Amino acid sequence: MLPRERIAAALRGATPQGEPGLVAFITAGYPQRKKFREHLSAVSAAADVVEIGVPFTDPMADGMTIQRSSREALRQGVNLQWILDELGAIKDRNTPLLLMSYLNPLLTYGYERLAAAALAAGVCGFIVPDLPLDESAALSAALDVHGLALVQMVTPVTPLERLARLCAASQGFVYAVTMTGTTGKSVAVPDEVITYLERVRSKASVPVCAGFGIRSREQVLRLRGHVDGVIVGSALVELLERNESPQAWLRALRHDTV
Amino acid sequence: MNASMDPTPALGAASLTGISAQQRQALYAAHIAGKFPDELGRYGPFGGRYVPETLIPAHERLEAGVKRWLRDPEFQAELQRELLQWAGRPTALSHAPKLSQRWGAEVWLKREDLAHTGAHKINNAIGQALLARRLGAKRIVAETGAGQHGVASAAACARVGLPCTVYMGAIDMERQAPNVGRMRLLGAKVVSVTSGDQTLRAAIDEAMRDWVANPDGTYYLLGSAVGAHPYPYLVRELQLVIGREARTQFQQQAGALPDVIVACVGGGSNAIGLFHPFIGDPSVAILGIEAGGIGMGLGENAAPLSSGRPGVLHGSYSMLLHDNDGQIQETQSISAGLDYPGVGPEHSLLLATGRVTYEAANDDEALDAVRECCSCEGILPALESAHALAGARRWAATHPGKKILIGLSGRGDKDMPTLQRTLIAQLAAEQS
Repeated sequence: MLPRERIAAALRGATPQGEPGLVAFITAGYPQRKKFREHLSAVSAAADVVEIGVPFTDPMADGMTIQRSSREALRQGVNLQWILDELGAIKDRNTPLLLMSYLNPLLTYGYERLAAAALAAGVCGFIVPDLPLDESAALSAALDVHGLALVQMVTPVTPLERLARLCAASQGFVYAVTMTGTTGKSVAVPDEVITYLERVRSKASVPVCAGFGIRSREQVLRLRGHVDGVIVGSALVELLERNESPQAWLRALRHDTV
Repeated sequence: MNASMDPTPALGAASLTGISAQQRQALYAAHIAGKFPDELGRYGPFGGRYVPETLIPAHERLEAGVKRWLRDPEFQAELQRELLQWAGRPTALSHAPKLSQRWGAEVWLKREDLAHTGAHKINNAIGQALLARRLGAKRIVAETGAGQHGVASAAACARVGLPCTVYMGAIDMERQAPNVGRMRLLGAKVVSVTSGDQTLRAAIDEAMRDWVANPDGTYYLLGSAVGAHPYPYLVRELQLVIGREARTQFQQQAGALPDVIVACVGGGSNAIGLFHPFIGDPSVAILGIEAGGIGMGLGENAAPLSSGRPGVLHGSYSMLLHDNDGQIQETQSISAGLDYPGVGPEHSLLLATGRVTYEAANDDEALDAVRECCSCEGILPALESAHALAGARRWAATHPGKKILIGLSGRGDKDMPTLQRTLIAQLAAEQS
């Protein structure tokens, strides 16, 4: 199985009783750099896919929480090479890992070198919020060589024709942004969002995961049956900030009985 | 021939761009032929559209709007009327006799400080505000560094009848305090940005976050020739008026083309506006002056063309101050309007082809230039514009007797808090 296929398989295999798959985001090395692997392992135990945020100085698509976590991780000396080294040292690699990064750190690292290093570190793919499909050919080509995914994002304001192209191009899953705005702000899930998610699903051949602003079991219940997965980020990062256990919270999001 | 007009000069700062000597000649020819930006919004390898997916439809609508309206006779007539009757154009070209004498050159100043609201920023702000109204925008957001673009946007929005929100770094709000009051008086809501570096870069981040949250009814009135396509093109087109007027005025008043034109470069909008109409004139050397801050080490200046490497920030691939991990560097400059780690993509192309020479002037040189321009010519230049004066003075020292055209991009009234602490304190000490 190619690395990118592992992502879709993990999400599809994760939905007993119609519950959505769970994609969990953490900022690498936050709140404490030395606890990164510990946090990652705790989150991996309860999630189907884990997104690891590469901190960046100018996270323009992110809200206050991820801005704060990025700044602090950078202050503690976290960088892409450190993250890849840490991941490379992990033995248990059951849960597929994605790196979520703004473009400039990846561009600076060098795409070909990055793809090879990511594969060696057990990374299955990338999400790059400031790299739209139209600009993604070079990175995509480098990742393809190793079967790594480049996940595309779609939003409620994406025109239909573009939505179809994004869904066709997306690998691993389609990241369906639930709202126009930055990450972290809790949102209700109105009927239009459900209609939009169904539209995304009808165009996508890979799983569809909904993200931005998801914090509660109520929201997951609303989304259940309309998406293949939900993505939680800011709320999980805040939980780690409070030094609470992520596993119980993640399991409660979809009433896992394990 | 002067080095800066040779399309393939020796590899200097241009080698920072990663463009081979072989590519440069072709890029230069394509640039002169008007091929940039291309359909992907590229200037050679630079530019592009690196924005979150949420903003793609808004950029596509803007691109379509620019195509539809920018050359439309009705829109142009409206814009020209506002520039003439409201913004105070054309601005004067002033001969500077005392500077000429001191520098051993023939010095001319293109007086954007005389434009309404005190800087070239108004050319772009009124143009985009008129465009936003045509495109049905309900509100305008803008960022500002020195506050000049914020004031220009606030004034233009009042003029066209659209509500305006301006994001400004907390540090800049302090050092450009007079402009904060002006924006509020003109009806704009000023939001203090306390995230990131609390200067222009953080203000752009915050304005973009606002736009990401409100992509449909909101128009982002970007103030410099930076950002994702079509902004660098749109802003350039609206600022070309500076260079077009100056070229005609110079020929009329000085009887020839200048030997060199000089402008300060932050994001680079006044510079591209002045430079562009002269790019095809092989006898005219072009000099861009960046903010040298307190030194040329990483973090000590705001001079990406002089000391950066290509990278992606705020939507385009261009010269950038970033570290080996691709993290954007904090910048330093006495001038808030130049205090930015990136630069417009067309300047990166002009650096790569060698058509423009980019140098830096430091804080002290800029302050000296403010003092000299005030006492010699009776003009208080903005700290930004003072960098151009400092660079021109240096150039004159090695090129005696030449005709020099300097873009005086704005007036310095808004710099009073900074000047009070520096030059004025010195003067007071000297006079007591």
